[in-house]
Amino acid sequence: MASSRDDFVIAVRSAFLKKSNKQQFSLLALILFSIFLIFLSNLNYVGIKYIKIGVNEATYRLSSMVSYPEKKINDSLRFLSEYFNVYKENQNLKNQIDKLNSKKLNYIFLENENKKLKELIGENIYNSEGIISKVLIGKEGKYLKSIILNKGSRDGIKKGMVVLEKNYLIGQIIEVNYTTSRAILISDLNSNIPVVLEPGSFQSILSGTGKDYGKIKYSKNKLILDEKTIVYTSGSGGNFRAGLPIGKINNNLETFAVEFFSDLSQITYVIIQSIEGQKE
Amino acid sequence: MVQKKIKLLNKLLKHFPLILLYFSVLNEFDIDVASLGLLSFNLPFIIIFYWSLKDPDYIGNGLIFISGILNDVTLGYPIGVSSFIYLTIIAFAAYLRNITLRPNVFKDSIVFLVALLFANSLNASILSFIFSIEIIFFEILVNITFTFLLYFLFARIFNYLKPMSV
Repeated sequence: MASSRDDFVIAVRSAFLKKSNKQQFSLLALILFSIFLIFLSNLNYVGIKYIKIGVNEATYRLSSMVSYPEKKINDSLRFLSEYFNVYKENQNLKNQIDKLNSKKLNYIFLENENKKLKELIGENIYNSEGIISKVLIGKEGKYLKSIILNKGSRDGIKKGMVVLEKNYLIGQIIEVNYTTSRAILISDLNSNIPVVLEPGSFQSILSGTGKDYGKIKYSKNKLILDEKTIVYTSGSGGNFRAGLPIGKINNNLETFAVEFFSDLSQITYVIIQSIEGQKE
Repeated sequence: MVQKKIKLLNKLLKHFPLILLYFSVLNEFDIDVASLGLLSFNLPFIIIFYWSLKDPDYIGNGLIFISGILNDVTLGYPIGVSSFIYLTIIAFAAYLRNITLRPNVFKDSIVFLVALLFANSLNASILSFIFSIEIIFFEILVNITFTFLLYFLFARIFNYLKPMSV
């Protein structure tokens, strides 16, 4: 009994402390160092922040280079599948253009009317300009759904700015480096956005599910939402401006699930906007 | 000329595990293959466990530690978490190496499963309790299952490659 315990202790001690010929560091030393690093990354010292930014910059560029061949293969496959569907898509698009043209005139009238009314009550008006950025890495981890963008503090990016794709909200900046930044996607489990559901103007919260759709939380019990319900940002809390379209209800995925207008796995370019910077 | 080519090929094969580890850590395809739906596996875990068990001189502990840092940065996790998790995998492999007289892929895989469960639990606990990151346990379970099943395939491939790189 005692000898088997001794064997166990020897084996464990050897595993943690013994170095083979070509090993520079013992396992125990590295484990202690990594615990020290986890502890440091929890602190917000200026020095650590700059080291982190340096490491981030180098790794993002390296990761972007390594991912390049895979990205090209994926793009080619997508191009091929789009090429084969082009005729059908063309017919659909023609029909859609006809419908949209008729609606456009109405919208122009309503937009002008809305602008005049906002001026009348003194509310801020936003234009749709922002900083265009390329997605360097679209890596989605088990725990975090985020994208790396090729614009950073050098280009005026700040934490909290909103990220749009074709005017649809897709995320928010959570980390800014000198030439790169990271945006958390609206599909992330930790993402909670105050929204308004139209028609009906119901206020609610849109939460990420970790999958490619979101979910409406904290809604009224008897609320009936169908596929015609569109989800916009409500502007509550001040983190997002009101009226940014996000997606539509799709109860086939899950009850009160929100299918995003943007395909979050296929984003190439985004627009980064800040609420303060976009006021007219 | 031919000798030079053979030398280069040998060098490449010798560093193949390290190249594959860094490629999988930096590339988008490594663990969470979202486009394939449920099929997701952790290639770095397989590489680290296999090579730490069979021949730790192929990938040094320090290099595995750095690959963990790169993984943290790419995935946006707090720095040091993946390194710590990778080192626990090495600890399991080193312990198994010390107590094993006759290596067997099935015995290895059982210890690998224990190491996987331990490492993923530790990872989820650190991210959830210390850094308040929400996690989906079902996805982790699927990831563990596929990583465990694919260990047999990768072990076979690595077994085949190992003598070639000597």
